[in-house]
Amino acid sequence: MSKVLQQELVALSGNEAVAYAFKQARPHVASAFPITPQTEMMHKFAEFVANGESTAEMILVESEHSAMSAAVGAAAAGARTITATSSAGFALMWEVVYIAASLRLPIQMALVNRALSGNINIHCDHSDSMGGRDAGWIHHFCENAQEAYDTGLINFRISEHMDVRLPAMVNYDGFIISHKEDALYLLNDDAAFDFVGPYKHKYTLLDPARPLTVGPLDLTDYYFEHKWSQLETYPRVFDVARDVFDEFADLTGRRYGFWEEYKLDDADLVMVVLGSSAGTAKDVIDEYRDKGVKVGLLKLRMFRPFPAEQLQPVLAGRKAIAVLDRSASFGGWGGPVFTEIRSAAYGLPGAAPIHNWIYGLGGRDFELGHAAEVIEALQKIAAGGEQPIHNLLGCRA
Amino acid sequence: MAAQMVEIRWHARGGQGAKTAATFVAQAVLAKGKYGQGFPEYGPERRGAPVRGYTRISSTPIRRHCGIENPNIVVVLDSSLLDSTAAGVTAGTDERTVFLINTSLAPDEIRAKINVPGAKIYTVDATKIALDNFGKPIPNMPMTGALLAAEPFMDLGEFLDAMKVKFSTKFSQAVVEGNLRAVEKAYNEVVSA
Amino acid sequence: MSLKKAQDLAEAGVITEAGNAESFKTGDWRTFVPQFYPANCIQCLFCWIYCPDASIKVDLSGDKPQVVGIDLDHCKGCGICANECPPAAKGKAALVMVREEK
Repeated sequence: MSKVLQQELVALSGNEAVAYAFKQARPHVASAFPITPQTEMMHKFAEFVANGESTAEMILVESEHSAMSAAVGAAAAGARTITATSSAGFALMWEVVYIAASLRLPIQMALVNRALSGNINIHCDHSDSMGGRDAGWIHHFCENAQEAYDTGLINFRISEHMDVRLPAMVNYDGFIISHKEDALYLLNDDAAFDFVGPYKHKYTLLDPARPLTVGPLDLTDYYFEHKWSQLETYPRVFDVARDVFDEFADLTGRRYGFWEEYKLDDADLVMVVLGSSAGTAKDVIDEYRDKGVKVGLLKLRMFRPFPAEQLQPVLAGRKAIAVLDRSASFGGWGGPVFTEIRSAAYGLPGAAPIHNWIYGLGGRDFELGHAAEVIEALQKIAAGGEQPIHNLLGCRA
Repeated sequence: MAAQMVEIRWHARGGQGAKTAATFVAQAVLAKGKYGQGFPEYGPERRGAPVRGYTRISSTPIRRHCGIENPNIVVVLDSSLLDSTAAGVTAGTDERTVFLINTSLAPDEIRAKINVPGAKIYTVDATKIALDNFGKPIPNMPMTGALLAAEPFMDLGEFLDAMKVKFSTKFSQAVVEGNLRAVEKAYNEVVSA
Repeated sequence: MSLKKAQDLAEAGVITEAGNAESFKTGDWRTFVPQFYPANCIQCLFCWIYCPDASIKVDLSGDKPQVVGIDLDHCKGCGICANECPPAAKGKAALVMVREEK
């Protein structure tokens, strides 16, 4: 293992941390439209542009649909391109979000998770990201500002890899992470850029010697074949990501994976969560471990592509599993994380019962007591007690 | 791990600088190699509305991201909030909680209002100190000085240095120096019972 | 026409071959076909301007461009050229649509 780099401990909000990651990757183009709680991220980035620390071309657009359209145009022209949004902004982008992935443009987006309307709410849940989970992007969820910063850098490498070429989003919880002053280690600018590397395009619209048509009409005769090539790509993301995680760990000492395991080796009871709630859950798991309860945490980081086969050995051999979803799938059979986890566990010998808790909608705080409530229920399930499959956590109902 | 962590809950009215104070303390402790976390409770912030801020200080990385239900220290920037049930100043507190109140009254005079038997109470007239030193009734920074006296998470000198670095790019020299004087004065004048 | 397999297609469906519309023959879409009468042509080039495809063949080698005929591999028989063609004398248009039956 090579020598781990000396890094500076700083206090930044999650938004500022991601702005640093984006600046350090030296993007050529940034296009965005303001929306709470994302705005502060692009404020910080625009500050870097204004004071000369970034040479990115800032494109200030009139809507998020335009923000993503400009990003697609810039990326197709061969530019390293960033953008950011939240909630309704992401919903307005939706059409072009699919196009970015279909055209295999490695655009980087900070999606600062916020509830979708209505009623109108500015606080965190994952309904924005989950609504776009089938659009073809790489989705990473982050527990804290450190992880958001690191993932901001890591995503460039995975996304721009010639075997991948897919857009990637770094998801972090609105306000809870985006606006919280938190301590984290930053790489210096040169080390960060050395890690990310200079941008290489696979095709460009701006080469007169090699004229190109991007995004033509594609009907019944070829559309399906083009989707085949996109579908074939996602399994490759895992191999590429694994290498990038290794390289990042060698550089910084911080190791990431498709998920993080916390006290999971001997755990009979498992909680599955995404994002900031994982940290809160860890503190509560420690309390229960002190009482001798064999409970552990599976913090899913990469939700798309979904590492289903990789997760199977982790899901096997447990007594009860709780999947926490910070978004509801209205009319669906449980939240999106639940249905994925349950599908992944289907057919595993001796598979544990898997129950779903919807929590934290519209920014409802995920309290220590909520994690405890889930662990108590897991103990009950493991002991053969009755517990509904679908549950709400922290809702006065 | 939880035992090594100090959880501070700030109660204020919109415009009194609770967010700035809560996040600044979290930044300042980095100079001591400690981990800090600071954030307000975001809502429809309006000048005068009751608001909360949260600060965590720990010798190890802080993992929890929830609000603070059982604070070690409650800092109240406006003593009128003690009369507000909506503000919930005493929620989740007990005799181990330390209260730090911006008031012209002495700790024993304000104890009845707080009504948490056995709790330690500090008071300081941060509004007067603010008016005397920088001419505005913004008590947030003087209250950080009083907090530092009640919970010595770092040396006063180091804290003032961190303040100078943080605020010199944003405020005039006169404002920064007035605040530095106010922090030091509150640090020295805070009394307890 | 045999269709390519997915594996043989460019990533993202980009088209890297410039001007490849030429190799896509659309000349079998016609019911009516323009008939060109060079003797009636005043070389106004209206047909070339209005053709929504690029099916009017023009010789650029001389001093002035000269309409020389129709590219029947790509002409879809829309008839716009014949509609726009100003007859030099009554009933003597250079382009006339006629029923195409083989």
